[in-house]
Amino acid sequence: MAGSRVVITGVGVTAPGGVGTKNFWGLLSEGRTATRRIGSFDPSPFRSQVAAEIDFDPELHGLSPQEIRRMDRAAQLAVVSAREAVADSGIDFAGTDPYRLGVTLGSAVGATMGLDREYRVVSDGGRKHLVDHEYAVPHLYDYLVPSSFTAEVAWAVGAQGPATVVSTGCTSGLDSVGHAAELIREGAADVMVTGATDAPISPITLACFDAIKATTPRNDDPEHASRPFDHTRNGFVLGEGAAMFVLEELHSARARGAHIYAEVAGYASRCNAFHMTGLRPDGTEMAEAIRQALAQSRMNPEDIDYINAHGSGTKQNDRHETAAFKRSLGEHARRTPVSSIKSMVGHSLGAIGSIEIAASVLAIKHDVVPPTANLHTPDPECDLDYVPLTAREWRTDAVLTVGSGFGGFQSAMVLAAPRGAGT
Amino acid sequence: MSAAALVTGLGIAAPNGLGTDDFWSATRSGKSGIGRITRFDASSYPAQLAGEVPGFQAEQYLSSQIRSQTDHMTRMALVASDWALADAGITPDQFDAYDMGVVTASSSGGFEFGQGELQKLWSLGRRHVSAYQSFAWFYAVNSGQISIRHGMKGPSGVVVSDQAGGLDALAHARRQIRGGTPVIVSGAVDASICPWGWAAQLAGGRVSTAEAPDRAFLPFDAEACGHVPGEGGAILVVEHADSARHRGVRVWGELAGYGATFDPKPGSGREPALHKAIELALADAGTEPGDVDVVFADAAAVPELDRQEADAITAVFGPRGVPVTAPKTMTGRLYSGAGPLDVAAALLSVRDGVIPPTAHVQQAPGYTIDLVTGQPRTGEVRTALVLARGHGGFNSALLVRAA
Repeated sequence: MAGSRVVITGVGVTAPGGVGTKNFWGLLSEGRTATRRIGSFDPSPFRSQVAAEIDFDPELHGLSPQEIRRMDRAAQLAVVSAREAVADSGIDFAGTDPYRLGVTLGSAVGATMGLDREYRVVSDGGRKHLVDHEYAVPHLYDYLVPSSFTAEVAWAVGAQGPATVVSTGCTSGLDSVGHAAELIREGAADVMVTGATDAPISPITLACFDAIKATTPRNDDPEHASRPFDHTRNGFVLGEGAAMFVLEELHSARARGAHIYAEVAGYASRCNAFHMTGLRPDGTEMAEAIRQALAQSRMNPEDIDYINAHGSGTKQNDRHETAAFKRSLGEHARRTPVSSIKSMVGHSLGAIGSIEIAASVLAIKHDVVPPTANLHTPDPECDLDYVPLTAREWRTDAVLTVGSGFGGFQSAMVLAAPRGAGT
Repeated sequence: MSAAALVTGLGIAAPNGLGTDDFWSATRSGKSGIGRITRFDASSYPAQLAGEVPGFQAEQYLSSQIRSQTDHMTRMALVASDWALADAGITPDQFDAYDMGVVTASSSGGFEFGQGELQKLWSLGRRHVSAYQSFAWFYAVNSGQISIRHGMKGPSGVVVSDQAGGLDALAHARRQIRGGTPVIVSGAVDASICPWGWAAQLAGGRVSTAEAPDRAFLPFDAEACGHVPGEGGAILVVEHADSARHRGVRVWGELAGYGATFDPKPGSGREPALHKAIELALADAGTEPGDVDVVFADAAAVPELDRQEADAITAVFGPRGVPVTAPKTMTGRLYSGAGPLDVAAALLSVRDGVIPPTAHVQQAPGYTIDLVTGQPRTGEVRTALVLARGHGGFNSALLVRAA
């Protein structure tokens, strides 16, 4: 199996703007934004009061009352998305050896919502350092250790192969899928259900990003608050969501006549070893990850048709990755459309890497590049073609998608239409 | 075949010994580090015992700048990474930055730090939350901080699979070595011995409420009544065989085989999957059950889980077919730190030809495993199997052998 090719045959997305892949692509292709004033709690004490929230009713999407009680919102989003991905793939696991079916799930911050909520109770509003454990919900341990999310997905799909959570901060969603592809290539699994989830819109998350002014204070204009690459950008907009995929080996996908979205052609991750939150402006380490991902995919910079950027909308990130694209792709960076869907769905931390993989494979499917919303006045230091405001019809066979996050992680993935593989 | 992934450095922070020498002299002589909790006043909780790392003075090793932005467990992980690199004879300037990566596991991130900031948020308000909260709590913190401390820019990662995660991290390190990266700093250090972490662990329902330190954590014993949580773990230097040979360094052993499975959903009536993980690890290493000299057990000390583990070991090795030990009876369960610490103990067993005992335990009738209790057992150890199981159904098995 070594050297085998791994393809995506199922996609499930639960993102701001609507549950399901169809709603997700509708939002992106129409260039609408799902950012708004936070409605799930009163955000007025906070510096940044906007987020991209999902109107999500878990019961409506097939979760039982006990599942809803047991699972943090992030796990709920993952399970609903995993079910969509498996249904979309048309795969029938009845004939699959369960030990050959695995799960990797990315999450940066685990059960933050559940932990924040339950801490407030057991500490009686922060008054008791020695918390009252008798007030704890019975599933508090599953909030403590987010591998419980992977357990839920594995139970939902019947997986008994390799299973883990990948938690590399804001690159988790790329690294999880990259890890799943590696497991298939090395022969540890035949099929992987993989992706990422995060549901971080909670007071403690707002407070910690307020403290470092990472999130935008553009509270008077929430629909236009996420402004990657724009001169007026001043921080990211927090989001939530999940995207899940079915990954399998190319030949077995072909043999069962599966629709193939794309091949996971190359993936690499590097660290900047510089600062837990800061970035050097030159983009050296992200460029190195991009070069390695290209090398693995046996592609040249000229083969890349579209770059799905990290594009968080912080001052330093957007310059950092613009530099990384130029450094790794040379002149081709100037000829290639680059866009950030965070302008529409916000930054869902560990989940967004997988949500951006979903956007990338849908761009390949539709030959449409999603836009960067709210981009009116480009930053002079961000001088590439960022596809402002409206989606573009564009022949898209190969996409580079990247992520950058706290801890210094820099990841890159190349997704390609499976030439000659049929669809 | 693929390049061998060798362990060339150990860095240990364990409840029964800080540093490799202290840990190993305590472990081989059956000396426990379990005692009453000192990190907070536990008198109001039903469980009051833990394995705390003794004598760790972060200010001896780490600057005030690093200390102020890190949780207790990250501080221990950073110091353990220093020790592992020193043990391997590596100074990072010997390698290209991209030739060194960091792969760690975590279970609960910097949870004590997180409690402090939650407390400030809810009692004082959002302006009091630390600027470090955003990266001191999350699960990736140790990989990020270790990579920064030592200037390591190569392929890195973080996995979370509860108690199984530490072995999964080492397996991922091996994967990166096989992919051509010469050095990966790997392993795990965990800690959540704070009131908020304690509440979460108590909610899990598997923590022992026994009061006597020598009667509280008794896997495979008729009095098994849950586990004692601990803190700490081990950071290892995993190195490509070519690199280790080129440097001419002492090799602790090889990460020779790995297998991971996930149990069926509770109530499905299907058999647990641990035995399959063992079989995968043996096959991966090209090893027969008869070649294995010792099994380091996960040792949940929950009767149903002990029974599953004993059955899996017996299914693969036969009744009393291999010595089994659980030195974690001297440390408590260290979550993701447990697997790497057991791997370190296994490599020390290989070096010295000594199997450390399972402390305080009298094997219950009905188990047909050969549990090493009372005294350490001497004899050649060339191949050791380490098992780790995570809550929810994660099973990992890692086989180490003399290089």
